[in-house]
Amino acid sequence: MELVAGFLESTMRYAAPLCCAALGECVSERAGVTNIGLEGSIIAGALGATIVAGAAGTGAGFAAGIAAGVVIAAIFAVFTVWLRADQIITGTAITLLALGLTGTLYESVYGTGGVALSIPTIGAVAIPGLSAIPVIGHAFFAQPLSTYALYLLAPGLAWWLTRTHAGLALRAMGEAPEAAIAAGIRPRRTQLLAVLFAGGMAGLAGAILVLAQAGTFAERMSAGRGFIAIAIVVLGRWNPLGVAAAALLFGGASALQTLFQAMGWSGIPYQLFLAVPYLLTLVVMASSGSAGTSRPQRSPG
Amino acid sequence: MMRSATNWLTSALLFLAAAVGVLSLLLLVTGHPPAPALAALVRGSVGSGYALSTTVVRAIPLALSGLAVALAFRAGLLNIGAEGQLLMGACAATAMGGVIATLMGGSTGSDLAGGSRVVALLLILIASALAGAAWAGIAAVLRRRFGVLEVISTIMLNFIALSITGWLVRGPLQEPARINPQSASLPQGLQLPVLLPGTRIHAGVLLAVGLALALWWWLRDRASGFRLRAVGGNPFAAASAGQIAVARTTLMAFLLSGALAGVAGGVELTGVTFALYENFSPGYGYTAIAVALLARLSPVGVLGTALLFGALEAGASAMQRDAMVPSVVVSVVEASLILLVVAADRWRSRGAAEAGV
Amino acid sequence: MTVDQAQAFTDATTLALTGITHRFGSVVALDDVSLTVRAGTVHALLGENGAGKSTLMRVAFGMLTPQTGTIAVRGTAQRMTSPATALSLGIGMVHQHFTLVPGMTVAENVALGGHGRFDPLAAAAKVRAVGATAGLTLDPQAVVQTLPIGAQQRCEIVKALAREVSVLILDEPTAVLAPQEAAELLQWMRRFADAGHAVVLITHKLRDALAIADDVTVLRRGRVVYTGAAAATTQDQLRIAMVGNAGADVVAETVGAELVGAESGGATSVRDTSVNEPTVHEPAVLALHQVSVRDARGAVRLREVSLSVARGELVGIAAVEGSGQHELLRLLAGRLAPTTGRVTRPEQVGFVPEDRHRDALLLDAPLDENVALRGAGARRGRMPWRMLRAATAAILSARDVRASGPGAPARSLSGGNQQKLVLGRELADRPAAVIVENPSRGLDFQATAAVHAALREARDAGAAVVLYSSDLDEVLQLADRVVVLFDGRLVASGNDREAVGRAMLGAT
Repeated sequence: MELVAGFLESTMRYAAPLCCAALGECVSERAGVTNIGLEGSIIAGALGATIVAGAAGTGAGFAAGIAAGVVIAAIFAVFTVWLRADQIITGTAITLLALGLTGTLYESVYGTGGVALSIPTIGAVAIPGLSAIPVIGHAFFAQPLSTYALYLLAPGLAWWLTRTHAGLALRAMGEAPEAAIAAGIRPRRTQLLAVLFAGGMAGLAGAILVLAQAGTFAERMSAGRGFIAIAIVVLGRWNPLGVAAAALLFGGASALQTLFQAMGWSGIPYQLFLAVPYLLTLVVMASSGSAGTSRPQRSPG
Repeated sequence: MMRSATNWLTSALLFLAAAVGVLSLLLLVTGHPPAPALAALVRGSVGSGYALSTTVVRAIPLALSGLAVALAFRAGLLNIGAEGQLLMGACAATAMGGVIATLMGGSTGSDLAGGSRVVALLLILIASALAGAAWAGIAAVLRRRFGVLEVISTIMLNFIALSITGWLVRGPLQEPARINPQSASLPQGLQLPVLLPGTRIHAGVLLAVGLALALWWWLRDRASGFRLRAVGGNPFAAASAGQIAVARTTLMAFLLSGALAGVAGGVELTGVTFALYENFSPGYGYTAIAVALLARLSPVGVLGTALLFGALEAGASAMQRDAMVPSVVVSVVEASLILLVVAADRWRSRGAAEAGV
Repeated sequence: MTVDQAQAFTDATTLALTGITHRFGSVVALDDVSLTVRAGTVHALLGENGAGKSTLMRVAFGMLTPQTGTIAVRGTAQRMTSPATALSLGIGMVHQHFTLVPGMTVAENVALGGHGRFDPLAAAAKVRAVGATAGLTLDPQAVVQTLPIGAQQRCEIVKALAREVSVLILDEPTAVLAPQEAAELLQWMRRFADAGHAVVLITHKLRDALAIADDVTVLRRGRVVYTGAAAATTQDQLRIAMVGNAGADVVAETVGAELVGAESGGATSVRDTSVNEPTVHEPAVLALHQVSVRDARGAVRLREVSLSVARGELVGIAAVEGSGQHELLRLLAGRLAPTTGRVTRPEQVGFVPEDRHRDALLLDAPLDENVALRGAGARRGRMPWRMLRAATAAILSARDVRASGPGAPARSLSGGNQQKLVLGRELADRPAAVIVENPSRGLDFQATAAVHAALREARDAGAAVVLYSSDLDEVLQLADRVVVLFDGRLVASGNDREAVGRAMLGAT
């Protein structure tokens, strides 16, 4: 039981930032823009949160993380939404740009000594009653506030996409842009807002990494989460609730290594466990048939 | 011909100037005086014979993996997985090197010369090519049979390859003493020969140039190369108007691209590092995407952009050493270059579209 | 309101475009065009493809901002900056290529563009209400991509009506419909106008225009060349206005047949059917023997179809969208394998698919590489570029393709020139069979005439030619023999336009 509770807790820990970034990307892809530069927004968010939280507290840190993510996404948007440049090429460049920028800024501000920064983190808030549920209570209901925000956001986005005209417009933009334009929807504005939202969510994911989990910053600490988030969107079939479930699945796969270590299985090298989430993603995507091809249509790049 | 070459040179210089501008701005913002930093950058990349040789050595894996990316993109495949394919190539080369060293009976290999050395090196490079192709082949099968987009699958495969490398250097391929997480060093007889004595420039440079020229010729002059380009240009028209077997062409492109990236890993192992370790590749496979894009997917152009990026990375080390500027700053320059080229392309095609309608 | 035309109708004028000029780069698409639409009328806007009809209406609908000219709605000058503005002023448009979101329901499509919360039940009720008022039946819950083409068009119209438009612009609305459906739609337009609204009907079919329109305007090369009351206009006047003097010689020859057909209205019969009946002993070049096709989802597309096409015969296929013609043509062209049954076809088949951008061209590649594409699948060894360049130059001159040379990218050519290139490529090696699908779609008059001439020439040279066009008149005009495809089966039909039209809808 202890083991399972620990497993679930570390599942949530892995899943939260991924879910956050993936929900944003889900909205962006629904509007017809795949942001391969998501990784860049995450690392920018992490550094933004780090710099500001140290000086002005965690609240401001979260805001700064979101803002940093939005700034990176705005560069992406200039190229893909305004200039209609290829999304994959631009996204690749944006990731490279953000990793370089954050590395340079970090080393310039904090030096190259490699001394681990210590940044204040937000603590977990236990929800009375719910958190006392055996096994699952602590894992799901003694979480940082940012996680609760995701609990609300996933169903909220699902509702927004299907039950508001703005959501309808966004989906139309992704699926049939000319139909959306003919219906009086402004294409660039719609896509721009979607991309910026995704950037903000990715920035928030970076802030969660720093302010709700690690309590420090490290270069390249996004560690491919932006790419994984994109895979999670595909896994979740472009549906916010599906995305949340896929993030949990991925988090669970990542948490397996912790579980097996806790169970004392030293026979299997841990490096191979690091590969499990990625393998699982491939297997699930492959087994869900045409997962890769039933995606919403992309604007021509 | 002359005119277009001049134009190309002019625009290349303009892009470079803009990138230097971006770099200077960033240096100023982060409180580094630009002049000494830029001086260090130039010194470290082209300032001396040693600097030049460092540039060339750095350019080799970038050129080979850049060719891999260019070939895939030409075929319309978004192979983001050169990094993983390169790693698997290096793993296979290490394993093959180990096997050959063992067969040689523990000799250090100094006695391995002439023909047998060539055969041994060929075997190692073939192993790396096959491993890279196999790794890319997984993405090909996932796309063909299961409809998994290669953008996603190749990124996942990169992470998996990294894990496998991490495991191999602590497990089956670890050095005999089992202290450090790395493989045993290749005996000298299994290392690529140095071309210019006194430098580290190895025979891999010939391979890179040769493969670039071969690829250029093949894409332009051979029917199979044309088919690959046609499929990349428009798979529907290739299938309908050209009656080209799109699936087979795509598979071939995947395998060739993977093989090239695998060879990049094999060459880096036998030419530079001589041993496999966890951070064997400082992201060559990702930089390769920038190299290929900046070369506009031209195989010969890849040689040029690989040299440029090699110079940037060689110069960055000097910049870090002499001017305390984080070397990661070159990523910003590389990214700016790609974005500038993308913007210029879009600008031009917009102008053309408006004039053409 | 200073224009005299507009003054004449002051109280009834609902939409007035005055002095509209629009250039794309150096090409003048609209040159000082004025158009007045009166409430309670149907205004037919006629012209060949490329005459500027659609461009003018895109201006009226706010999709294009003209360089000069004014737009007035119900007497007030307006700046039309986007479709949203147009819709808010009561102007709606049904595009030739539908602007529906295929994966969404009818109700969602109709609601698209609104604000605030979206209530699916209220949206469905609205669709039913609008449909009931206008006499257009639709299932609001149906997903658009599952609907037949006629229903999709009703959805487009309901979409516009739900915005309470008073001016409805329809761009070539009958092009994709079977004759009976087209007739119903025209009658509906008449009723809609009679109820006090206004309709602008963009068409190149004189028959449609004169059947229901009150006013007629003809555009040629971006200029108004005729405007007047339909009752006071003859078909000849319109025809001359549309075609003009340019290519008058071609008109005499090529269009002759078409015009004769158009003249006699509904009773057009297939050109000399009895004379061109294939002689039985002529060997079949193309043949389908009891062929069935299932698509990837398992749906049956063709059911036990048997057909044979003889040497020197031009067979036309008449069908409404989605009847299996797509698969039938690809079977004959060797681009699709039958699920069951047997296909006989020669080794070399020329194939001109309807979507040339998707299926026939490498848009970013030079023309010689596009010509090299034919047969690239079977080619071995080196690419003979020198020879291919010469072959390309030959096609350019033989087919009158306007291009800067074999090195020009395909994208830089106009639609008509691209089509002539594709046709030239497919006919260059004199294939024994030629399959063409909507070969004149989107082409102007001259290019269409060139395409038709090339098909006749191939037929006369002994090729077996199979043609499908969604424009029934084109099929009737070109074919020696017409076969009707309905719901994946070949059905028997009479030879006149009426009978073919009935058979296309499955009526016997």
